[in-house]
Amino acid sequence: MPPQTPATSGTTADSLLEVRDLHTRYSVRGSFFDRLKGRESGSVHAVDGVTLDLRHGEVLGLVGESGSGKTTLGRTLLGLVEASSGSIRLEGEELTGRSEAEMRPLRRRMQIVFQDPHASLNPAMTVGALVADPLRFHKLASGREELRARASEALERVGLAPASEYLDKYPADLSGGQKQRAVLARAIILGPDVLVADEPVSMLDMSVRAKILELMLELKDELGLTYIYITHDLATAKFFCDRIAIMYLGRIVELGPAADIYEHPQHPYTAALLKAIPEPDPRRAVARDLPRGEVPDAVVPPLGCPFHPRCPRAFEVCGWESRDLRTLLEERWTKLDQDAYERERALVGELDDLDVAESEAFLPAADGGSGEEAAGVLEAMRADAPADPFWSGVASTSVEPDGVRIGFHTPREPRDLEVGRSVVNCHLHDPGAIELAERLRRGEPEPEPPDAGADAG
Amino acid sequence: MRQRRLSRWLAPLRETTGVSRWMFWAGVVIVAFFVVLAVFAPLLAPYGFDQVSDAGVRFPKQGSPDGTHPFGTTVGNYDVLSRVIWGARTAIEVVVLAVVFSLAIGVPLGLFSGYVGGRADRVLVLIMDALFAFPYILLAIVIAFLLSDKLGQGVVTAAVAITAVYVPQYFRVVRNHVISVREEPYVDAARALGAPRRTIVSRYVLQNVIQSVPALATLNAADAILTLAALGFLGYGIQPTDAAEWGYDLQRAIDDAGAGIWWTGLFPGLAIVALVTGFTLLGEGLNDVINPLIRARSTAKPEMPGRTGGEGEEAILSLDPAPGTDRPRGP
Ligand SMILES: Nc1ncnc2c1ncn2[C@@H]1O[C@H](COP(=O)(O)OP(=O)(O)OP(=O)(O)O)[C@@H](O)[C@H]1O
Ligand code: SF4
Ligand SMILES: [Mg+2]
Repeated sequence: MPPQTPATSGTTADSLLEVRDLHTRYSVRGSFFDRLKGRESGSVHAVDGVTLDLRHGEVLGLVGESGSGKTTLGRTLLGLVEASSGSIRLEGEELTGRSEAEMRPLRRRMQIVFQDPHASLNPAMTVGALVADPLRFHKLASGREELRARASEALERVGLAPASEYLDKYPADLSGGQKQRAVLARAIILGPDVLVADEPVSMLDMSVRAKILELMLELKDELGLTYIYITHDLATAKFFCDRIAIMYLGRIVELGPAADIYEHPQHPYTAALLKAIPEPDPRRAVARDLPRGEVPDAVVPPLGCPFHPRCPRAFEVCGWESRDLRTLLEERWTKLDQDAYERERALVGELDDLDVAESEAFLPAADGGSGEEAAGVLEAMRADAPADPFWSGVASTSVEPDGVRIGFHTPREPRDLEVGRSVVNCHLHDPGAIELAERLRRGEPEPEPPDAGADAG
Repeated sequence: MRQRRLSRWLAPLRETTGVSRWMFWAGVVIVAFFVVLAVFAPLLAPYGFDQVSDAGVRFPKQGSPDGTHPFGTTVGNYDVLSRVIWGARTAIEVVVLAVVFSLAIGVPLGLFSGYVGGRADRVLVLIMDALFAFPYILLAIVIAFLLSDKLGQGVVTAAVAITAVYVPQYFRVVRNHVISVREEPYVDAARALGAPRRTIVSRYVLQNVIQSVPALATLNAADAILTLAALGFLGYGIQPTDAAEWGYDLQRAIDDAGAGIWWTGLFPGLAIVALVTGFTLLGEGLNDVINPLIRARSTAKPEMPGRTGGEGEEAILSLDPAPGTDRPRGP
C-alpha cells in the first residue's frame, strides 16, 4: 500500500511528528517442529503501515485491544524498537535508520512513560538521583548541588512537595501514584516536546488515576507538551484526548477528533469497541458483540481487511479466505449437540489444510466419503446461518470427487478515506468498493487486475 | 547519605529472623575464627609450618599429643597444631585469591555476554558450559599441572586452578541475571532517556545484578576449600615445603589411621569440616537475607484495588470502569 496523506494533515506546518507508512516487525523463531516443517521463522507485523500526524500541543489517543500494536508503535516512534520501513519525522528530522548514538541527542525531545511505574524506576537508586539522571546522561548539569536542585524543582512540579522529603527515598518507599509522579518528573526534566504515555494509569489505584491524568494535563499546559496517550480504555480517552486513533492488528482503522469518534463512529470496529465500554475486564472488551471473538494471528494476518473475520458488516470484497471457513465450521460444531456434531464431523476430512491465507478453500470429504457429502455440510451451514457475512464472500463452489472447492472474491485492502473530520480504513466508506460489491452480487466477473479498491472519485 | 545507604543494606539483616539469622551469625563466627588464625598464624602457631626441630632438638616422629605438642606430631616430624594453624592461613589465602580472580573474570564476562547478547554471547556460553560440564576436580588438576612448571606448586597455582572451576558459575549467574534485568522497564527507560550504554551497564544493570554475588561467592568459598583439600590429597596441590595444607596432611595421615595414630588425621580433618561448614552457613544465611530483598524490590507491591482515601479522592473520570476494579468477575 503506498503511503497516503491523511485528511487530517491538511496543514502539515503544525505537525510535530509526521509518521508515514510505518512498519515494525518482530521476528519470531518458530518451534523446532515448525522449522522441521520448513516454517523456519515468521514475523509478527506489530505495526503495519501506520500513517499519522501529531500536531503541536494535542493529545492523541491510541486505543485498541491487547496486542493491537499500540506499545510497539509508541516504542518505534521513540526508536526503542527499530522500524522495518517507513518514515518518522520530528519537525522534519528523520528519526528512522539512526544508530543508537545518533538517536541519543534526540531523546531529549521525546520521552516515554511506561505502564508500570514500579518497574520503570531503578530500585537501587534514590528518587533524587533517578530524577536527575537524565541531566547527567546529556551533560546538562553536574555537581551534587545542581543535580539536587534540578531534581527538587522537577519533583515539586509533579506534586511531590516538599521535595526534600522524597529526594533520599528509594522507589520502594513510595506509593504507586507517587512513583508515577517521579517517573513524570524524570520525563519532564529534559524539557521534551513529545511524551508517549503507555497506559500510564492502568496499574494505579482507582483513586489516584484521575489525579495523575489531571497532573499530566497541567504539565502539558505549563510546559507546552504534546502527548501520545496509549490506552485500552475508551472511556478515559474521551476526556483526555483531542484526537483518537483506533488500532487493530497493527493498523490505524479510524482516526479522528475524540468527539466524532464517540458520536459517530465510522468503522465497525470502533462501533464495537464503544458498545463494549462498560466492561470490567479490559482483556475481554469487544468480544461480546462481535462474531468470532479472537484476535487473529498477527504472523499471518487475515487477507484484505484484517478485521473481516470478526466484522459484523463485512461484505464481498473484505478478503474472505480459507481460514474463515474453518473458523465458521468449528464455531458451528461447538453449537451443535453431540450427535449432530459427530454425524457431520464424519462427513468431512482433516481441516488442517484449510489453514492457509488463500482466497480459495478446499473442504475435503472424509476418507472414503464423496464430495457431495462435504458439499452437503456446506449447504447445511448456509441454511442454518444464511445471514453470516461469510457467504457474501463466496464466489463459486464446485463439487469434486473428494471434496468441495470454494472460491472467494479477490481480497482487497481497504484504503484510508476521509469521512467528515476522520480518516477511516473500511470498504463501507469506499463508493468504489460498494459498487464493485454490487456488481459481484449481480454475478458480474471480477475486474482484472484488482487495484486496491476501485476509484473513489 | 552514605550512612543511610549502609543502614539500608543492613536493614534486611536486622529484619531476618529465625534460622537464617542463626545460620548467618554462626557462619560469621566460624569464618572469623579461621580468619584470625590465618592472619595471626605467626603469633599463634607454636612453630613454623615446616619446622621439625626446636632449639636443636628434633621433634618426635608421630608423637602423641602432650605438653609441647598439644596435637601431637606427624610422620614427617611436623607439629600438628602448627600445621593446622598455618593451614588456615593457606586456605584463606587460596580462597580469597580464587574468589577475587573468579569474580574479576566471571562477572565482567557475564555482564558483557548478557548485555550484548548475540553471537558473542552464544560462543561464551558454549565455552563456559563446556568448562562447567568438565568434572571439576579433573579441571583443577589439569590447570594445576599445566601451571606447576611456570608458577611452581604454591598458593597462586592452587588459586588459579580453583578459579578455572568457579568462573563458569559466576559467569552463568551474572549472565542470566543480566538477561532478566536487561528486560526490566527501568533499563529501557534509561535508554529512552538517552543514557549511554556504559552508564546503563554500570549504573542500571550491574548495580542490581551484583547483589546476587556475595552469597554465591561465599558458597563457592566453601566449595573451594574442599577442592583445595582434594588437590592436596591427590598430590597435585601445594607442596609441603611451600605452605601447610590440610589436604596434604590428611593424605599423609592415611597410613597412621591403621596404626591407631588418630591425631594426625583428626585435626586437619576437623579444620576442613569446620571451615567448610562456616562458609556454607554464612552463604546460606546471606542467600536468605539477600534474596527476599531482591524479591521484594523486583515485584510490584500489590496495590489495594478500590481503596479510598490515600492519595486522592474518587476518580472524576467516573465513566472509567476498567482495569483494576474489584468488581466480581464471571467464572
Ligand atoms: N518483543 C516482542 N517480540 C515478538 N513479538 C512481540 C514483541 N512485543 C510485542 N510483540 C507482538 O506484537 C504485537 C503487538 O504487541 P504490542 O505490545 O505492541 O500490543 P499492545 O497494543 O501494546 O498490547 P497491550 O494492550 O497488551 O499492551 C502482539 O502480537 C505481540 O505479541
Ligand atoms: S473493510 Fe469495513 S466492512 Fe469490510 S471487514 Fe473491514 S471493517 Fe468490516
Ligand atoms: Mg501495550
